[in-house]
Amino acid sequence: MRMRTLVWREIFERKSQLVTSFLAILLGITVIVSIKNITFYSEKAVAREMDSLGANVLVLPKAASLQDYYTADIQSGTMPREYVDQLAMSNLEGLDNVSPKLSMPVKIQGRAFTLTGILPKKEFQAKAAWQGAGIFSRPIGCGAMPTLPFASGDDKTLVRQRVIEDLDKDEALVGADVASSLGLKDKDSVRLLGQAFRVTAVLPQTGTIDDSRIFAHLDRVQELSGKGDVINVIEIVGCCHEISQGLVDKINRLLPDAKVVPFTQIVEAQQKMNRLMANLSAIFLVIIIFVGGAGIANYMYANVFERRREIGTLMALGAHSRLILRIFLLKALLLGLAGGVGGYLLGTVLAMTLGPQLAGVPVLPMPVLALAAILISVVLALLASYFPARRAAKLDPCATFQEI
Amino acid sequence: MLKMENVTKTYKHRGSPVAALSGATVRISAGDFVSVVGPSGSGKSTLLLMLGGMLSPTSGKVFLEGQSLYDLNTDQRAHFRKKKVGFVFQTFNLIPYLTALENVEVPLYLAKEEPGFQRKRAVGLLERVGLRDRMYHMPSELSVGQQQRVALARMLANDPAVILADEPTGNLDPETSRQVIGFFEEINREGKTVVMVTHDPRAAERAKNTLRLTNGTILSGINPDEENLHVA
Repeated sequence: MRMRTLVWREIFERKSQLVTSFLAILLGITVIVSIKNITFYSEKAVAREMDSLGANVLVLPKAASLQDYYTADIQSGTMPREYVDQLAMSNLEGLDNVSPKLSMPVKIQGRAFTLTGILPKKEFQAKAAWQGAGIFSRPIGCGAMPTLPFASGDDKTLVRQRVIEDLDKDEALVGADVASSLGLKDKDSVRLLGQAFRVTAVLPQTGTIDDSRIFAHLDRVQELSGKGDVINVIEIVGCCHEISQGLVDKINRLLPDAKVVPFTQIVEAQQKMNRLMANLSAIFLVIIIFVGGAGIANYMYANVFERRREIGTLMALGAHSRLILRIFLLKALLLGLAGGVGGYLLGTVLAMTLGPQLAGVPVLPMPVLALAAILISVVLALLASYFPARRAAKLDPCATFQEI
Repeated sequence: MLKMENVTKTYKHRGSPVAALSGATVRISAGDFVSVVGPSGSGKSTLLLMLGGMLSPTSGKVFLEGQSLYDLNTDQRAHFRKKKVGFVFQTFNLIPYLTALENVEVPLYLAKEEPGFQRKRAVGLLERVGLRDRMYHMPSELSVGQQQRVALARMLANDPAVILADEPTGNLDPETSRQVIGFFEEINREGKTVVMVTHDPRAAERAKNTLRLTNGTILSGINPDEENLHVA
């Protein structure tokens, strides 16, 4: 005879009660796991959508204003391109995308447009990797997963994320207004300041100044402008968590001669959405913990009531109150373990099945949730069983006798 | 061996005090076999529970082998009980999800005996009560007589000095009752002290001494032996 024999046999003695209590834990943990799993991938999807709102921090020359940025006014001043390298090589966390730009006015067929030089991301990465440090040696994307199967992989990422992966020096991307005014389409050729460019993509309509821009490689635009190795804006997509933790001040300290402007509305929208998702998840967790905990406690109280004669017998035979407490807590531990493991497996299957249908996001298994599920399940079962177990331990052994 | 000194137990029933036992003073010597008789509600089981350290008196003292039981805390009393007292119940109180063998092993497990020793001792005891071929049966698969024999084997598991039996023949047919009383006589001859609550006059007659209770008060014994049983 061992304690585990005593506990194990009793569990299977009352099968209907066992099934009820096990289902209470199993379903509670299943719901927690599936919600956390779906929420995790939904948050990533939302974060990705938030990124599409564009840059949320601008680095401008000291004398420039936001008005200058919106009108792409090159007269407002420039700053050294070296600032980009300083950002890339810094140990600042939360810089998702960094996009330096130099704009200059151009005339084509008598019409005024803006030629904007941009630096493809690939060149940043090569440089950062060569120097063995900097922002691109760390994971990028504010924790988002840009490689998920449903992520858009089109060439128009310039519009959404302010960066482009690759761009040759004789290539150009043209805004929607430019394309319609000049009748340009993909693979056409266009001459700018005596230089021929091949149109690699016509950008979709955005309703912003970008519609009347022509984007080309930064190096080529610098040559054409004749202003040297300068830029007039660095657009940054910063992770909102890091922005709330003072990223703007850190950039200010790194580049004291530049003006760092956060787009408050965008940052606030991102932070609000993240808070909303986190709160929703927490509310569900709290509700389930209370409902599940109450279910287990109810079952355990009923179990103690049913077993009072048996408990009294054990006490009459010399069982200490600590042993009775341990018998009930071991039972709770076993139920918690089984509920945690089963709940994780069922919850993961449920999330992977329902996630794409309900939230429109693909859901992958999260092994880290197994640990959390077992921990929550066991702690919940132990906490909910503690008071019923204590009641059992304090039971009057006289209950074993009929006549008192 | 067992001693009660001016013990009173009062319950509250709908706010009014009810005396289950009033000023009981008893001394039971080692090796005695005492039957406790009286009508229902006379306080027989209350007396037995108090002797077993399971029910604290409202006033007075209870001694087992010189130790005042209710000067110990609950767990110390449980420990004392485990070592010194064997209980038998009217409804046997076997644990329904354990086999006959495992039921007998329970007191040995509580006494922290090794599983191998538990098994060996339990098998021996079940053989003694004639249930060798029923060791792996669940209580529900045994007759009431067999269940009571399992309870008797369990009672002896830790070789207690004192046996407290509450209506041990109350649910049994006359033949099985005689066998059970015979078993009590046998273990009494081996030197164990037996205190048995019973309604059965024939069972009570077979004890060495009888203690009669009425309305919570101890009357003179039916067959008082002043050498062994002292009643006040």
